[in-house]
Parts: sequence; structure tokens; C-alpha cells
Amino acid sequence: MAPVTPERDLRLDLFRGIALWLIFLDHIPSNAVSWITIRNYGFSDATEIFVFISGYTAAFVYGRAMREHGFIVASARVLKRAWQIYIAHVFLFAIYLAEIAYVAHSFSNPLFTEEMGVLDFLQNPDVTIFEALILKFKPVNMDVLPLYIVLLLWFPPMLWLLMRVPSFALAGSALLYALTWWFDWSIPAYPHGEWVFNPFAWQLLFVFGAWCALGGAQRLSRWINSPVVVGLAVAYILFAFGIAMTWYFPRLAVLVPKFVSDAIYPIDKPNLDVLRIVHFLSLAVITVWFVPRGWPALRSRVFWPAIVCGQHSLETFCLGVFLAFAAHFLFTEISNTLLTQIIVSLLGIAIMVAAAALVSWYKRIERQGPGPRPPSIEPGYARGDV
Amino acid sequence: MTGRVLLSLALLALAGPAWAEMPETCRVAEPQIERVFPLQQVTRALAAKRLDILVLGAGSSLLPGPNGVKNSYPERLQIALAEQLPGVAVTVTSDVKARRTAAQMVKILLPALAVSKPALVVWQTGTVDAMQSIDTDQFKAALDSGIAIARSAGADVVLINAQYSPRTEPMIALGTYAEIMRWVALQQEVPIFDRFSIMKLWADLGTFDLYSATEKLDIAERVHDCIGRLLADLVIDAAKPDVPHADGGR
Repeated sequence: MAPVTPERDLRLDLFRGIALWLIFLDHIPSNAVSWITIRNYGFSDATEIFVFISGYTAAFVYGRAMREHGFIVASARVLKRAWQIYIAHVFLFAIYLAEIAYVAHSFSNPLFTEEMGVLDFLQNPDVTIFEALILKFKPVNMDVLPLYIVLLLWFPPMLWLLMRVPSFALAGSALLYALTWWFDWSIPAYPHGEWVFNPFAWQLLFVFGAWCALGGAQRLSRWINSPVVVGLAVAYILFAFGIAMTWYFPRLAVLVPKFVSDAIYPIDKPNLDVLRIVHFLSLAVITVWFVPRGWPALRSRVFWPAIVCGQHSLETFCLGVFLAFAAHFLFTEISNTLLTQIIVSLLGIAIMVAAAALVSWYKRIERQGPGPRPPSIEPGYARGDV
Repeated sequence: MTGRVLLSLALLALAGPAWAEMPETCRVAEPQIERVFPLQQVTRALAAKRLDILVLGAGSSLLPGPNGVKNSYPERLQIALAEQLPGVAVTVTSDVKARRTAAQMVKILLPALAVSKPALVVWQTGTVDAMQSIDTDQFKAALDSGIAIARSAGADVVLINAQYSPRTEPMIALGTYAEIMRWVALQQEVPIFDRFSIMKLWADLGTFDLYSATEKLDIAERVHDCIGRLLADLVIDAAKPDVPHADGGR
């Protein structure tokens, strides 16, 4: 059985918290502040960070549960978590419906006759709401939670395998990824198309995160800390940065040789393009190089806001989606000057931090109370959530 | 995206208030039309003093109302081209119908080309595909095959991507499909009229209020007029025989 690191790595919470902030900023349509987020400077974005760290923490928490209480109990907890996420998703969908219904009722403009057709689905809510409940109909920007649900549903057997034959499990995950690319496997969406995040592909990053949590990270440490690997990572990130600049400054595009652009485009986000994985891994290598595990600053006040968000990721994520809707609403109804966008973005992050702190406090007093559950039965609550 | 807008804003600040006049409002968008691939069939057509254009599009190439056709951008394109190309007989034919995806337009492209035999196909698409969340690979494949069909019929292609529609932004991933069109244009070496970025810039600068709820057509008509003019500039620019290939041309 793989050795498991005894204490939760605060770096995970820190970077998941930051990823949640970036996802929030990216989800506000036409937000000038999203200019600072990493997706603008390379191939991967905050989704990769979120999925990888979620895999890591899931293995960390449920791996311990599986060792201490067995397969059945750990699986039951994983499925309970999936159920919570499903409820959260449906709740967000209700908010989305409210916003859409408002827009349909209050907005018309002859310039956008075609675009307003997107609201037609309100005319047959029977179908749409049912398709939303079975996760086939997913509004824009509401694709991460369904992905997370599917990854968790599939996680108990994967975790079992990872704890016995980790390398075999990881190889199996990579094989599934490869077969997905080969055979174009995907999950259909309603009314057309496919899931924006293909779980058959994205599972690789989740499983890789879990594999790292269960001892893989130690096995890799010799590689991760080698200057050669760090150098390659830096080179790749600079390459991705250069390519990303041609998206904004078309004049630079002529500097990219045709064989390079033929090779890299399109960069497939639904199927987690290899370029994106490598970009994420490069970022991870550099991060681990600069931010060592026991870095004392991780316990300082400076990083606390991000860490507390990362520790309560489901709540923070859902709130972020809601706040992104609200921010868009403010921009369209009141003001969308650059200053408003900056204020609203900062305010949104402040609300996310405050809410995460509240959740943290709430869970603490619940544990202290005379409730029937001793902390060891809820490993997820020991130091933050899955 | 935003980087591009900021760049344009910077250029605009340098350009100063000279852009303020009414028809000139459109000009704020010029930095957006930077990279132009040559339109050789159009160059040839201009030399022969006869330019036939087919506009293939969906609902956002139309305006409602009795004067809808007259005021929508295909007609404005024809007027702007005729003004700037004295001595050339310019004809713009429209094949525009609401709610069509790229793939649906590809199906009718060949017969449409056979009828109008244009030197240039202006292809507006991407909105309906985004609304229906058409698989992005299929969308890309439809663009590729449409461009191939037009080329094999001896026509150049200019792509137009979706409108920037701030009110419906949380509901339609227009940006994703607009981005795919930019990539396809780059790969296929066809000029793209980046309507999405241009209209986004107009909204950011306050040139046009794209947020307001209105039944009136005035803003919509001015937007289409500007699109027609800028499109005419792009076509003429890309068709200049002496355009240095692919370095921007201006």
C-alpha cells in the first residue's frame, strides 16, 4: 500500500483557492479583469488546476477513509459528495433560469433578433428542465460541476485500484484518455453537441492528481526537482506564452511557422488537449520548485484568503458562479465601465473569501458542539473539504 | 481578446478626437482589421471592372422591418463598394436566412454559387452554431468544407463571425465560436471580418449602446451601416494587387 502524506498540503488549498478566483473572473462575460487570468497567457487555464487538485484531495481524504473504514464506507462518502455537488448544480441552474427568464421578459433589440432565439427553450420548459436534471442540458459556464460529479461517481473503483496497483491504475486512465481521442468518445448534450468537458478525457488529470496524492508525488520528486525538467518547463511556458500573444496581436502570427500552427491548432479544450496537459504540468513543476511544501509563508495572513476558499471549494465555486451571473447583471443594468468591472471583480472575490470564512467557522462550531459525530468520522471536515 | 481591445484603445488614444464624426464612428474598429490575406479573385474581378459578391448568412445579416433589407449590411456593403470603386459594376447577392448553422449553409452553397457565380463569398456564421452548441469539430469541419467549395468554384472567401451580444452573453458561448473562426481563417488564409471583437470594442468605447432594450431600429441600422463600410474597406484592402502578403497591408 502506498504511503500517504499525513498532513494536508496547504499548497493545494492555496492554488485551488486561486483557481476558484480565476474561474470566477473568467466566468463574468466581458470582464476586463479576466485579462489577468492564466488562460490568456498559455494553453491551460484554471480548470486544469481545479480538476487536478480535486483529484489529489479526493484521494487524500477518501484514501484514508478507505484504509480506515473499508471500501463500502469510503464509496458511500464519495457518492454522498457527488450527490451534494449535484444538488449544488441544480440550485445554480435555478438561478440561471431566473436570470434568463428576466432577460427574456425585459429585453428586446432588433439588432439581436437571432441571438434572442436562445431564449426559445423557455417555451418548452418541460423538456429543458428534465434535460438539465439529467445533466444533458448545461448552460454556458455550468460544465465544471457535472464533470466533477461524473469523476466522483467513477472514483471508488479507481481509488481502490490506485491504492493497490497505482501505476497500473494510472496507465489505465491514460489508456482511456488515448482511446477517447482515438474513437471520439464523448457524452451527448442537449439539444446538440457534446459535453464541454469530456469526462473520458478529463479523468486523466483527476486520476493523476489522485495518483500523486497516494505516493506518486514522492516517486516523481527526483524528476520534478531536476533543473533539466524545470528548464524544459520554463521553455514550454515561454513557447505557450509566445503563441498566446499571437491571439491578441495578429501581426505576430506571421512569425509562427505554418508547420507549428498546423501541429498545435485547434487546441482541444473539451478533450483536454495534450498541449494543455503539458502546459499545466509545466506550471506545476515550476510552482513546486518555487513553493516548497513546508513554506512558512503558507501559514501567513497573506495567503489565508485563497487558502480558506480552496478549503471550501464547493461552496466557493457555486458562489462564484452565482456572483458571475450577478456581476453580468450589474454590467448590463447599471454600469460597465472599467472601474465598475474592477470593483465588481474585487468585491466578488471578497465575498467569496468572507463566505468561505463563514463556512469554515460554521464547521468548526459544529464540530465543537455536542453532536454525535466525532471528527474522525468526517475526515473531509478535518482540514477543509474534498 | 481583451488584450486586443486594450491595444485598440491605446491606438485610439493616440489617434485622438479626429474619429469623432458620425460616419467615422466606425473607424474606431480599424485596428481590428489588421491582418489581411489577399483576395486574388477579387483583384482579378476589379481588373475586369465587374465584381459579384455573394453574402451567405443567417439572422444577424438581416434587419427586421420593411426597410430591413435596404439597411442591412449586405446592401450597405454594395453601396460602400460602389462609392469607392468608380467604374466597377458591383453586385451583391444575398442568401440570408435566420437560424442556419454553418453546416446548413454549406449544403446550399454549391447551388447558390452556380446561380450567382461570384468572385467573393462573404460568409457570416457562428451565431446559430453557438446557440445550438454544435460540436466544435463539426463547426470547424463545416467552415473548412464551405471554404473549399467556394474556392473550387473560383471564389474568394471572407468570413464574418458572430455579433457581440452583451445581453445574451451568459447564455451563448459566442466567443468560443468566434475564436474558432479566427483560427480557421488563419489556417485557411482567408480574411476574417472579426465582427465580434469590433462590436465589443464599440460597446466598450460607448460608440454604440448594445445593451439598451429598444424596439427602435436606429442603432441597429447604424451598426449595419458601419459593418458594411468596414467590410468594403477590408475587401478593397485585401484585393489591392500590390498588397504585401500577410503582413497586415497597412
